[in-house]
Amino acid sequence: MENLVLYLLAFLVFPGFLFTSTFGLVVSWIDRKVSARIQWRVGPPFFQPFYDLFKLWQKELIIPRSAKGMAFIIAPFIGLAATSLLASIIGIINLNPEYQFVGDVIVIVYLMMIPPLAIIWGGFSSGNPLAALGANREIKLMMGYELPFILAVVTVFFKVGSISLGEIIQYQQVHGALLNHPSMLVAFAVSLLWLQAKLGEIPFDISEAECEIMEGPFIEYSGPLLGVYKVMMAMLHVVCPWFLISIFWGGTSMQGWGILWSVLKFVFIIVLVIIIKNTNPRVRIDQAVKFFWGWVTLLALIAMVLMFLGY
Amino acid sequence: MPNLSTRWLKKSPWVYHVGTGGCNNCDIEILDCLTPRFDVERFGIKLVVSPRHADVLLVSGPVAYHIKPRLQEVYKQVPKPCVVACIGACACSMGIFKDAYSVAGPVDKVIKEIDPNAIFVYVPGCPPKPETMIMALVKALQKI
Repeated sequence: MENLVLYLLAFLVFPGFLFTSTFGLVVSWIDRKVSARIQWRVGPPFFQPFYDLFKLWQKELIIPRSAKGMAFIIAPFIGLAATSLLASIIGIINLNPEYQFVGDVIVIVYLMMIPPLAIIWGGFSSGNPLAALGANREIKLMMGYELPFILAVVTVFFKVGSISLGEIIQYQQVHGALLNHPSMLVAFAVSLLWLQAKLGEIPFDISEAECEIMEGPFIEYSGPLLGVYKVMMAMLHVVCPWFLISIFWGGTSMQGWGILWSVLKFVFIIVLVIIIKNTNPRVRIDQAVKFFWGWVTLLALIAMVLMFLGY
Repeated sequence: MPNLSTRWLKKSPWVYHVGTGGCNNCDIEILDCLTPRFDVERFGIKLVVSPRHADVLLVSGPVAYHIKPRLQEVYKQVPKPCVVACIGACACSMGIFKDAYSVAGPVDKVIKEIDPNAIFVYVPGCPPKPETMIMALVKALQKI
């Protein structure tokens, strides 16, 4: 019984929903502010993402006549729940690497596919042709980026000799971060490209291309449901870099200077994503899939070969 | 208008741009608001691409007959509460298109046909300056 309360707290408050969403909204402020500075503008105030969210919460909720009602409403919540669960699993294992179960990285990789699936489901059920087009592209993009990423994660499995996140973090605490190995550096580069596509940032924001198909799957969402999607995307901006830090960069720690160091790692990855986003044009979906199945998969294979050669 | 609190709406008005047959002059001035010189994102104003996400409709141009049903449809698609901003002399009062054969009427008349309680803000000028538009938006959001 006590365990259940602790699990619920972990899911809803500390590494889970409340913490990650607040942090994620701060990250989305960093995103907008850094983008504004790159474009020589001033940018929004610190609480802007919170204002946006509160405002969306107070707006009218419109469910289009063409939408399949239930799916349209529950899709964002499924995405949100999956992201909270991800945050709580990654957070708990980072706090206490002993607290693990076999194959939790595989569970995490699976759970990470649910937010895009929720977007796809919501897009298709909204009954809008542009939303269907966006959802269609999201499926293709997902097929593209998951292959090299899973190869990169498997490289880590072989290097450490374990498929649990806790053991990967403990290994790095003993032997130093995996990034010190050249093979892992290549795998990390593959994962950064994956991150860009996963977060729907600009070279790969094909599914929600604003001026082309008008935010794609989100086009029919209004008010609170749009807010749920915004929170989900903000949380993904925290969870995905956190996972990469955990498997490649020694994880995060909550003691003394470790906090500052963890935040710096995190900000480094996020600012890298923002800079890539602000200096690149959008690619087409066929180019993106070719890129991921061609060059990036090749890079992931090179990482694996280097790892087997012992680098 | 539904009885919803509008406390946060002032902090983050998202605008959607509707062209209803103007000469493109006002549209260019609207885009100027987004440039580094004026940077409306300072006030949380953001250009969105779907009327479902919008809080403010920026309408430019006299309403031609063929665009009238489209404008009314877009207005219905915006979640309430929302504000309609008539940008430029044509949108406010038809300007030089007054009594023209192809024009259905100024924006407020067209939208009042479907929603008599709609909120309007008028930004006259040909074209209005970006500062004027920002000020008009701020004033309109203080009122609701």
